[in-house]
Amino acid sequence: METMMILIIGVLVVVATYLLLSKNIIRIILGTALLSHAVHLLILTIGEVKKGDVPLLKETPGPYTDALPQALILTAIVISFGVTSFILVLAYRAYAQNKTDDMEEMRGDEHE
Amino acid sequence: MKINDLILRTVVQFVVFIVLTIAIYLFFAGHYTPGGGFVAGLVLASAVVMLYISFDTDTVRKGLPLDFKIVAAIGVTLALLSGILPMLFGQPFLKMSSMNIQFPLIGEKTLATVMIFELGVALTVVGVVMTIILSISEGSDD
Amino acid sequence: MNNLIVLPLILPIFIAVILIFFRQQIRIQRILTFSTLLLLIIVNIYLLIQVKVNGIQVLQFGGWEAPFGISFVADAFAMLLVLTTSIVAFLCMIYAFSSLGETFEKMFVYPLVLLMIGGINGSFLTGDLFNLFVCFEVMLLASYVLITLGGGKERLRESIKYVVINVLASWFFLVGLAMIYGTLGTLNMAHLAQRVAEVNQGPLLTTIALLFLVVFALKAGLLLFFWLPGSYRVPTTPIAAMFGALLTKVGIYAIFRMFTLIFPLETNITHTLIGVMAIATIIFGCFGVMGFKDLRQIVAYNVIISVGFVLLGLYANTTESLEGAVFYLMHDMLIKALLFLMIGTIIYITGRTSFDEIKGLIHQFPLFGWLFFIMMLSLAGIPPLSGFIGKLLIGQGLIDKGAYIAIGIGFLSSVIVLYSLLRIFLKSIFGEATYNQKFKTKIPKMMLVPMVTFGLLTLVLGVGAEIMMPYVEDAARVLTNPEIYINAVLNP
Repeated sequence: METMMILIIGVLVVVATYLLLSKNIIRIILGTALLSHAVHLLILTIGEVKKGDVPLLKETPGPYTDALPQALILTAIVISFGVTSFILVLAYRAYAQNKTDDMEEMRGDEHE
Repeated sequence: MKINDLILRTVVQFVVFIVLTIAIYLFFAGHYTPGGGFVAGLVLASAVVMLYISFDTDTVRKGLPLDFKIVAAIGVTLALLSGILPMLFGQPFLKMSSMNIQFPLIGEKTLATVMIFELGVALTVVGVVMTIILSISEGSDD
Repeated sequence: MNNLIVLPLILPIFIAVILIFFRQQIRIQRILTFSTLLLLIIVNIYLLIQVKVNGIQVLQFGGWEAPFGISFVADAFAMLLVLTTSIVAFLCMIYAFSSLGETFEKMFVYPLVLLMIGGINGSFLTGDLFNLFVCFEVMLLASYVLITLGGGKERLRESIKYVVINVLASWFFLVGLAMIYGTLGTLNMAHLAQRVAEVNQGPLLTTIALLFLVVFALKAGLLLFFWLPGSYRVPTTPIAAMFGALLTKVGIYAIFRMFTLIFPLETNITHTLIGVMAIATIIFGCFGVMGFKDLRQIVAYNVIISVGFVLLGLYANTTESLEGAVFYLMHDMLIKALLFLMIGTIIYITGRTSFDEIKGLIHQFPLFGWLFFIMMLSLAGIPPLSGFIGKLLIGQGLIDKGAYIAIGIGFLSSVIVLYSLLRIFLKSIFGEATYNQKFKTKIPKMMLVPMVTFGLLTLVLGVGAEIMMPYVEDAARVLTNPEIYINAVLNP
């Protein structure tokens, strides 16, 4: 199971990197979203993927699932959700103002 | 162009209530089992979004005159207050407590102050999600 | 248990939320922001004294004991930075009251600033690595919105870059967190430090340490500063001042915490790398400072130079150099805020951004001109102003370590900083006055007051260093002896 997950994470990171390197801003945003999915899976995998019970409350002898990675992932999901939605609105406004969604053309002229 | 959305509207009128019920279930189930304020908030928001999709914005606004930014602010205030209140009693910040209460009909249940926190989270999620969705969808006409 | 130490995080966030209800009432917003930040300064001074008298203060959220719950830890280092943050924010907001204008104030600028301050304070105080990530994100999300406020082509363009680069940095942060949780099974910083010491810092842990170094270097602008000049150029003056003074410092603080508390063992690898990065940062910063004519660009590169210089203190890693770094960080927060405010004011008066189009401002604004002079001397580190002591102590530490190249480049950078500002001073502030009817004839009093206060503070911090030194020594003592921190958190 772990090997499987690692492979999926790898594929996600590869796809995300490809998207991040493209010029189109929507692709970049999709890339960041995929990246965050990859890292959420990574945290899940590192907390050991196995079937276990709810810790503390059930009276079974175990094994228990480590609950912390799930809490971490939930927090990370909320944050990446907020950031992604913000960046979408930002990209839209920038597109409306600059009349382009090509990062190459958004480079700025005077100082770079 | 006028779209024939009679079926959608009729179905949504019923489904919204089912979704709201699920949201309330998830909210209360979240203490020990999967669920909680965040998921409940998302489901709640999805009900509202469904209304916005099937009816037009003005109609929904008339029936639901809420500024969702304020809803989110109320949510955060509640969540923060549930953390700050124990400080006034000399307890550490975010200390939660619970008590058993005898309810009519459903019997004895445990109520915890973490519910106030979760309610705050749920309201915040509804407020934030709706603000985001509305601001993205409204942006198209300027 | 000390509930007070959560106030620097909770108070700004709570008031920020309250302010959302008063979107249209600018007066209420201003009064609340003003009083909150003032209250914060008082609380922080009280806490700083308490930390000095009673040792490190710890709060376990919800009463969950240390490795299991989230801890908030206030040691002298964190408290000094929190205090300076609140002072900088307070003064910048006074400047903002008279310079922002109504459209900004109705776009939630005060709530956002307060949220950012809450995030910064949280990052300084937290004792939990994941909580550090969350506080970082609170701060960053507020800063994302602040940088875009006002709109406009250039601003939106630069803010996209800023957001994307920070999202990427946050991603590395999460990867690092996952790795460290996988190897050590905890996220509490004190507990992490304990476990790293138990298993010895092997190659795997050093690699994770380097991953964190990349993350924080991106946030602090240490070598990976390519995003910084563009994004710090675009926000309005008081916000840019807070960015320049505070945001990079959070990254620097995180590097210091990480490599004095959790990963202090493999100094040959980590600290040497930090030293090399710091030196490269200083060199590139110097090129930037000398190469540009745009005032905003020059200030941004000034930020970069000081980032490099502070981290030389960590590179040397002696008690003296760490004292110097703590002191220099405080000085740098104050003086960078002043620098950004002054440059912003010059642009406000003249409407020009290139300094050779501006001449002889001192004839019309004598107070402003001399204040610029003081600021310049303090930035270059000339006694008795506050920049001197920090530079002296870091230099002493570097000599003890025998890092003569670093010390040479460090002090050469001071000269170059002085040169870059002297250029502006001689040309646009001193020099012959040319009458230009487009220039404004008056600086509003409420804009001058915070700048003069900053000027006085740098003087006081320099002359009255004796008063601050005990606190700085206390901070450096905890940094050099991580077991004090660990014991305070784990064995209360």
